[in-house]
Amino acid sequence: MTNELRGKAAIVGTGHAGFGEAHGLTAYDVMAQSALAALGDAGLKLSDVDGLFCTMMEDSMPALMAAEYLGIQPRIIDGTMLGGSSFVNYLTSATMALEAGLCDVALIVYGSNQRTASGRLVTASRPPAYEAPYNPRYPISAYAMAAARHMHEFGTTREQLADVAVSARAWAQHNPEAFERGPLSREDVLGARMVGDPLTVRDCCLVTDGGGAIVLVRADRAKDFPKAPVYVLGSAAESSHRQISQMKDFTVTAARESGRRAFAAAGVSPSDIQAVELYDAFTINTILFLEDLGFCAKGEGGAFVESGRIAPGGVLPVNTNGGGLSCVHPGMYGIFTVIEAVRQIRGDAPGMQLNNVDLALAHGNGGVLSSQVTAILGSHDTL
Amino acid sequence: MPDAIGPDQIFQRALASKEILLPKCDDCGAYHFFPRVLCPHCHGASISWMQASGRGRVHATTVVRRKPERGGDYNVCMVELDEGVRMMSRVEGVAPGDVTIDMEVSAFIGEGDGDLLVLFKPVEG
Repeated sequence: MTNELRGKAAIVGTGHAGFGEAHGLTAYDVMAQSALAALGDAGLKLSDVDGLFCTMMEDSMPALMAAEYLGIQPRIIDGTMLGGSSFVNYLTSATMALEAGLCDVALIVYGSNQRTASGRLVTASRPPAYEAPYNPRYPISAYAMAAARHMHEFGTTREQLADVAVSARAWAQHNPEAFERGPLSREDVLGARMVGDPLTVRDCCLVTDGGGAIVLVRADRAKDFPKAPVYVLGSAAESSHRQISQMKDFTVTAARESGRRAFAAAGVSPSDIQAVELYDAFTINTILFLEDLGFCAKGEGGAFVESGRIAPGGVLPVNTNGGGLSCVHPGMYGIFTVIEAVRQIRGDAPGMQLNNVDLALAHGNGGVLSSQVTAILGSHDTL
Repeated sequence: MPDAIGPDQIFQRALASKEILLPKCDDCGAYHFFPRVLCPHCHGASISWMQASGRGRVHATTVVRRKPERGGDYNVCMVELDEGVRMMSRVEGVAPGDVTIDMEVSAFIGEGDGDLLVLFKPVEG
């Protein structure tokens, strides 16, 4: 997105469904319940939706399946599949479609029943041919090697990684929607079952059910809806690889570029951001993205997250809903970074509500650190 | 043309005759891996196959934890070959947790689930 699209689209509704365990429901059921919730939040009906922005884990034509299930005939569909970052990426395509008049009501939606269906990550994506024979555990082995490399190059410690999970849990403990709200200490994380060195099971995101949805309209009619609109001030993407073996530097992600361009489009800088919502599939993600998005210098992410500095009452509020580590992670988490950012700005966050948030950042990650998408969202005062 | 073979088969057939070949761009001279019909660096489409040195070092490593009754823990790592390309592999001959970043390794052709694979062992010394 360029500066020309700054503030041209507004989020007027968000919704979610099936958090935790959605017994008896299919992924498409959860998707549809999420859509209804978001449209209800916006005071709109499914029949108002003429733009659909959707992908799912199960199929190769999920957007068509979703449109059919919902009983709508969209004028425009974007089903670009970048992994979990897809839903942050749709902010760009939805804004373009709205601004060009290709649709009037854009619905971004996702749903999954991964936990009750199988209890593990299910994907229609094929394992890479030159990696699969070595049986990496997908995707954790890739993130584990990125973490190992960060520790090797910068002296980042397992304790610092653990503190990311501890901070996420501290936020989740304030959020009644979060799936895991029990106490979690650094020692608990370090002593948990090792799954892929140096990451224990507590360094890894949850496997839950859940869906989310977002409704966008053109900014010129954004004030006609029940909730305060939240504007898309900037969004930008960059992809660097698909397979971890093709990632040039395991300690530098394409978030450096997506972040730089999103900030430029929005005309703000990291120090202006009041709530940071990052895709924390693994504890190393939070450290990498804080560095690459410019909240701290490369290599200093470990110290930046240490001892509650990104927890409630710390120096920077990060993943204020509890993140994918403690709130919800239904296969792809990206849409929930946007939903939490919107709710913090509107002042109706389900957990700890920060004071007077006007600017928030949502960052999506897809694949194995492959696709990075950054969005800057703002209140009416930031236009 | 039933006899025509692509980059994947060239690589696999070489393994079957106990050779590790790597694709190298005729235009820019850089190696790449995985095999492709073009060079991902300069996008040249003229590729030659070169005998790999088989020498490299571990760029990153992890242990995949697995219950003993399912076969136990094993190594997954990223090896950077002297040619400048990286491949996922496994270092054998040492415990999975004893594989370290920067460890010097040499390649050999092994087997896994019926497939021929490039595997590595630590360089003695």
